[in-house]
Amino acid sequence: MVSGVCLQAYRTPLNLGSALAAEVSLKSMKKAARGSLLGIEHLEAKEILSLLALARRMNPLKPRALLRGKRVLLLFYEPSTRTRASFEIAAKSMGAMTTLVLSSGSSIEKGESLLDTAYTLRAVGADVIVIRHPHAGAPLLMATHLDIPVINAGDGMHEHPTQALLDAYTILRHKKTLKGLQMTIVGDIYHSRVARSAIHLLSKFGAHITLCGPEEFLPEVATSLAPGLHLTRTVEEAVRNADTIMVLRVQKERLAGTKLRLQDYISRYQMTSARLRLAKRDAILMHPGPIIRGLELTWEVADCPQSVIVEEVHNGVPVRMAVLAKALGKAS
Amino acid sequence: MAHDKSKSSSLLIKGGHVIDPAAKLDAPMDVLLRDGHVAEVAAPNKIRSGADETFDARGLVVAPGFIDLHVHLREPGQSYKESIATGTRAAAAGGFTSVCCMPNTSPVVDSPDWVTWILQPERGAVVNVFPIAAATHASKGAVLTDFGALQRAGAVAVSDDGRPILNDTVMRDTLRAASVLNLPVIQHAEDTRMTENCSMNEGPTSFRLGLRGMKTAAEASVVDRDVQLAQQFNGARLHVAHLSTADALKAVRRGKRGKVRVTCEVTPHHFSLMDADVGDYDTNFKMNPPLRSSEDREAILAALADGTIDAIATDHAPHAAHEKIVEFERAMFGITGLETALGLAITRLRRDHKIPLTRIVELFTAGPARVVDLRGRGTLARGHHADVTIFDPKKRWTFEAAKSRSKSHNTPFDGWQLTGKVVATIVSGKIVHRAD
Repeated sequence: MVSGVCLQAYRTPLNLGSALAAEVSLKSMKKAARGSLLGIEHLEAKEILSLLALARRMNPLKPRALLRGKRVLLLFYEPSTRTRASFEIAAKSMGAMTTLVLSSGSSIEKGESLLDTAYTLRAVGADVIVIRHPHAGAPLLMATHLDIPVINAGDGMHEHPTQALLDAYTILRHKKTLKGLQMTIVGDIYHSRVARSAIHLLSKFGAHITLCGPEEFLPEVATSLAPGLHLTRTVEEAVRNADTIMVLRVQKERLAGTKLRLQDYISRYQMTSARLRLAKRDAILMHPGPIIRGLELTWEVADCPQSVIVEEVHNGVPVRMAVLAKALGKAS
Repeated sequence: MAHDKSKSSSLLIKGGHVIDPAAKLDAPMDVLLRDGHVAEVAAPNKIRSGADETFDARGLVVAPGFIDLHVHLREPGQSYKESIATGTRAAAAGGFTSVCCMPNTSPVVDSPDWVTWILQPERGAVVNVFPIAAATHASKGAVLTDFGALQRAGAVAVSDDGRPILNDTVMRDTLRAASVLNLPVIQHAEDTRMTENCSMNEGPTSFRLGLRGMKTAAEASVVDRDVQLAQQFNGARLHVAHLSTADALKAVRRGKRGKVRVTCEVTPHHFSLMDADVGDYDTNFKMNPPLRSSEDREAILAALADGTIDAIATDHAPHAAHEKIVEFERAMFGITGLETALGLAITRLRRDHKIPLTRIVELFTAGPARVVDLRGRGTLARGHHADVTIFDPKKRWTFEAAKSRSKSHNTPFDGWQLTGKVVATIVSGKIVHRAD
């Protein structure tokens, strides 16, 4: 049965800002469908650790029929290469079947609402929906109105939890622990769901996080996202003695209308070999992709021995296998 | 307690505690209403003339009928959200005997014909409705409407609510033309050039949720400019709708000190909630202006106490479920508010912030009556309209959105326990709402 087909008052589980809000009766609040992965923020450290442990046991080259007969719906409202391909391969290597629905060429173009699309996909037999959406909170909306798990594959500027998990997975292949790790994130943090998810995850494990970028991409308020965040406008300061550097993509069009010129951004923030040398000798360089060589990083840096950019993509598959297995209750 | 006889022409409200700030009354008194007007207000048991009906108000506060300066009744054109009939029933349930309805309907109320249409008995209003007309044609911010004709048809103010007048020259012309007619200009203060694609207040919560945030300066800069423009014309009257920021309050204070005729209103949600309450994308917490920071809320609470704020107005903005149960950024701005206003005011302002009940009543009565010159209303002085709100200031109750009289249920206060409940609402001497 599809739950909540009629549109009921939409309530979210967390709403404790006001003293008065605490007086709200809990009876009408809706919870996300069990098994959903909507973001890193509300996960507990032990849930993250168990997903990472599960990912380490996953091997895409040795298919297992863990999810045989399961239908994984990939619902993409935005372009994607890495995330889409790795979710699909992850699902198929566990024996699930996948169906891809894109916003273009579907009824979404005819004005179908998000929830009506969700009910439709549930009705055709989806067991789990993987959704990428340009609007923050869209996966949560879906998960609070469905009885099947929803996995967030990136929602607006909000979160990209599987990316943060594969980043943590990658870091832990090179570093012993996240605790005390000197982590630097450089670039367009304001617009980045990757950054928000990474910051939530790493701060839960006691990493020391430095955020670096111009005001346009890094407002002061960013430090409120998690405790102990450090902010600097100087990339040399941010990189010095770092264990891990994450460089974020810069979209040229986002500089339009700001005072910052592209050339200035490149000269002040581009990751170059010289800047990378300020980091610890064994530092690793990460980037969620897609990379724009010559903009946020140089050609040489992208391909240097310290770069784990391609490895991150590779690790996306076992991590997403773990997430799908967990969502469908096959995690043991 | 007497039975409701709508035909009776006199009603004695007996044993209650009258709070009438305009008349400086705060004492146990009886009130006699006759033929739609206040006949007598006197010490207990001193009224000798008989009445067709008696209302036992022991333990209750008897106040002038509440006035809401800012509601969206959605007619003409959007009766799937609300109608004048349902919206005024919600108003009556909330203790409001008069509501001023905004013109951002479909079509926009920018002609005397539409003002007249709203006022026709066929609309089925159960409380007094005072239309606010658009200041410019179709509220496009370019060509002024005919203020004189709109006023003669019954408009009590002009406003392009929801579509602020940003052009300096148009705003100057609006204030000048309105000043000649002694007509208030109500501005929704928002520099929309700064708030494009924004869905909530800018701050830690908007950053956490990945939502574009509105800066407080988008409100304050418009209020600041409007106050300066209003200063240029003798008699210009500027009213700031749903003020929400500490900086905008500073501009209002500056204006009031400088003898500018500037007034302002705040909503119950802005003194009760803050941006963090949006939680995880709850669209029932999405409105414009958005919920602000705790600092802004504290500034509003202080200004409610010190008299800077003239009125509490609900900005009752009903929306259908399909307009709210969507992605946060796509959801319509606005929440309903008529039925929770008094409970929130007493709970939040009196219980939590020790603002006296007389001041709260003033913010619902004499304050708004002054803003739009509702003559003969806002006080229970003899000869005034027999609009009365009777409430129990101590009654604890739980608001249930599903039982709302409004057509829409988009409220963040569903399930809230409130103190202070309307017991009866009387319009022109007739009981239009009585608590169950």
